Amino acid sequence: MEDPAASGGDRLAKQRSIRLERLSSIRPKLVSFARMHLRDNAMAEDAVQEALMAAIEKDATFAGRSGYDTWVFGILKYKILDIMRYQKRQGRLQPLDDEESDEVIDRQFRKNGRWEAHSRPASWGDPDAVIESQHFWRVFDACMIALPENTARVFSLRELMGLSTEEICGLLEIRESNCWVILHRARLRLRQCIEKGWLEGETA
Amino acid sequence: MMMCKEASRLMSLKHERSLTFQERMSLRFHLSMCGACRQCDRQFRLLHEACRGYGIDHEVDP
Repeated sequence: MEDPAASGGDRLAKQRSIRLERLSSIRPKLVSFARMHLRDNAMAEDAVQEALMAAIEKDATFAGRSGYDTWVFGILKYKILDIMRYQKRQGRLQPLDDEESDEVIDRQFRKNGRWEAHSRPASWGDPDAVIESQHFWRVFDACMIALPENTARVFSLRELMGLSTEEICGLLEIRESNCWVILHRARLRLRQCIEKGWLEGETA
Repeated sequence: MMMCKEASRLMSLKHERSLTFQERMSLRFHLSMCGACRQCDRQFRLLHEACRGYGIDHEVDP
């Protein structure tokens, strides 16, 4: 219900203070997201700080078509990519050396190419319910952190930031076929890790 | 005939590029016979979809 007595200015001020509160409540989420990409606490804090400032400055340009959180996350994604591109130009972005061998994949399969008993995929139940579950996301975060650094970086850029493998290859100076192998490993590792944490948590 | 290891490679790859006709057919044939790989395929898809919404529904404990 609109309060006819409230001036436009009051309404704006109220809206602004609601959004400031919102920003401080999503801050931890933003920091953990940035940390996952940049793998450096100080840089992650800086990126989030810049994103928050940009969100406050550009508040008027928030069209309200998408959710406010999503909008702020969008700003942060650009900041993170900016930092990575800047580092690349400065020659400070470590080109990705693939530290993992195919052992990870090999361990999940038998010699004949079938699943090993311990890594045979089981049902996770209804996908919509899974995605909505807080427990799933806690396990997901823990499993992302458990990934080897470069694997996590490539997976994040592809799936969380939505870059194409072509863009990732340009940024990290790797061949596309290499990128595909890394993503395959990342998914196999995440799948196995999530299944372990997920099912154990369910029965706990 | 394609085994689970190669099938999982294609299940991952299809999120990066379109599979060739041959790849699609081999994968479909394998999935029709292998329950574990059907689960894996669902999970890769779920990961993909979950990641697109990362940060939207995802609450972090303060």
